[in-house]
Amino acid sequence: MSALVKENASFDAVDHRVGPQRLVMPALVALLFATAIAALSIGRYSVSLFDLVTLAGGWLGLGEGRAAVAEPVWRVVELVRVPRMLIGAFVGAGLALSGAVLQGVFRNPLVDPHVIGVSSGAAFGGVLAILLGLGAMALWSMAFALGFGALVLVVLASRKAGRSSILMLVLSGIVVSALFSALVSLATYLADPNDTLPAIVFWLMGSFASATPERAFYMVPIVALFAIPLLMMRFRINILSLGDEEARALGLKVEPSRWFILCCVTGITAASVANSGIIGWVGLVVPHFARVLVGPDHNRLLPAAALLGASFMLAVDTMARSLVAAEIPLGVLTAIVGAPVFMLLLHRTRSEGW
Amino acid sequence: MIEARAVGFRYAAHTPFLFEDLSFSLDRGQTVVLLGRNGRGKTTLLKCLAGLATPTAGTIRCSGAVGYVPQQFATPFSYSVRDVVLMGRARHVGLFSNPTARDRALAADAIDLVGLRAFAERAIGTLSGGERQLALIARALASEAEILLLDEPASALDFRNQALMLAMLKKLSKERGLTIVMTTHEPTHALEIADRAILLHGAGRCHESSIETACTEERLSELYGIPMRQLTYSAGGRSVSNIVASYGPVHSE
Repeated sequence: MSALVKENASFDAVDHRVGPQRLVMPALVALLFATAIAALSIGRYSVSLFDLVTLAGGWLGLGEGRAAVAEPVWRVVELVRVPRMLIGAFVGAGLALSGAVLQGVFRNPLVDPHVIGVSSGAAFGGVLAILLGLGAMALWSMAFALGFGALVLVVLASRKAGRSSILMLVLSGIVVSALFSALVSLATYLADPNDTLPAIVFWLMGSFASATPERAFYMVPIVALFAIPLLMMRFRINILSLGDEEARALGLKVEPSRWFILCCVTGITAASVANSGIIGWVGLVVPHFARVLVGPDHNRLLPAAALLGASFMLAVDTMARSLVAAEIPLGVLTAIVGAPVFMLLLHRTRSEGW
Repeated sequence: MIEARAVGFRYAAHTPFLFEDLSFSLDRGQTVVLLGRNGRGKTTLLKCLAGLATPTAGTIRCSGAVGYVPQQFATPFSYSVRDVVLMGRARHVGLFSNPTARDRALAADAIDLVGLRAFAERAIGTLSGGERQLALIARALASEAEILLLDEPASALDFRNQALMLAMLKKLSKERGLTIVMTTHEPTHALEIADRAILLHGAGRCHESSIETACTEERLSELYGIPMRQLTYSAGGRSVSNIVASYGPVHSE
């Protein structure tokens, strides 16, 4: 049968990655490391690299740590920048990972975490909490509850004859998303223009300014709790990306895996919206960028997207709080950076697919 | 390997059956072809065997893993041939696991077996129709399927590649003992490869028999609604039978 194809070319059964491909992952780790250091040292109060190293030594039990640097330095780094850096990295990684996963299971490179309606649902929950003057804990709970509520609505709306097709899922997501966006607008319209309206608007535009050590303390594990199963399921996501019938023919029960994946994505999205409002573009652009770097195999794509998402978020957040005197809302900056990058990526996409 | 009892299928109640009361059994290493006009249920029957469609009536029992090779394969992502073949291991890889070295080795073997070694890193979308069919067969082989279900595996191929495809399927059934079910529009292919045939006339009518009984001028003329002629000639020292359409005036129903 070999006559059907041209013979030759060597065959490596174990690792077929060649040359620069091997360096991509280490390079992405290095990039994350670099952006994290930048996020810790750049800002209105500049922290020197030397002070950072001294402090980091102290955390590891080496050297003098805090005692060797000025008090404002360690206060800024430990109480403000480290929590903000951790939250930013985890939100960026989570959103990019969610986007890559959704693009895979929906077989659609234009999907991002906002398409399934969860962001709008969570946003409405948050806005409602602000409108009612409730505290941070209530805001979190309501964002989560309505985020998952949106997913339930998508489930119900997409079912036809006991099954949800990919197309029905995406369409239902768009419908649910539109519904909650309208409710967010209504709540904004009703808000007191002197007091709650600015709070709602600034929260919706996205910011990590609210970062505190306590917040990082629960934000990081929550995102990790939902992200780790997704990272572990990367081969399953490959198979789901072939479509329902193919996946069933390969012996999978499609719907349980897909709903589990959607629950994880919902958890990450709701957590990030509850913490920092709606940050667009990360979940759409970063997976495309990662696909250009490592190819479409989710085995490599998911970790690459997570690493790149974290770096992107840290870079954007550092810009957001240091470019001009006032903080630029993150959602604005991710769009300004993301849109042209996305356009470039679309133009250089290979003809054989994503 | 396959035991079908009184199988019937229709899309909805009160619509005519595509096929009805179809019973057959296939042993290890046997090959059966499904013949019939478009829309008479060939692919549907194949999907019933693959577990992708549920028969309206009757039961199907497959003892052994089933590998389904669809007629069309499209993905929006530029997966390499190796990625796609490795996905054949799906049912052997746990929900939270990744393919092991053994899974990768089986995929590599399957790629070798169909002769796609040089194409392993190529994006599946850049392959020709025939090469893509081979990749999908490799995927079914990687899944360690004992039953191969193929939907018109040779329809997109030129004559030489048709012959090579049939030779490979024959070899797989002989050497690996695979049971093969395939749909085809070529009586020539049916006669070349199959032990048995299922003729799907539509409206519930179907007929299962040995290939010799099924592939005759009368039966195929009736099946396709145009005159079919049997040609017999000698090739390579043996007598070969071939049934072709005789393009006279088409009888309207």
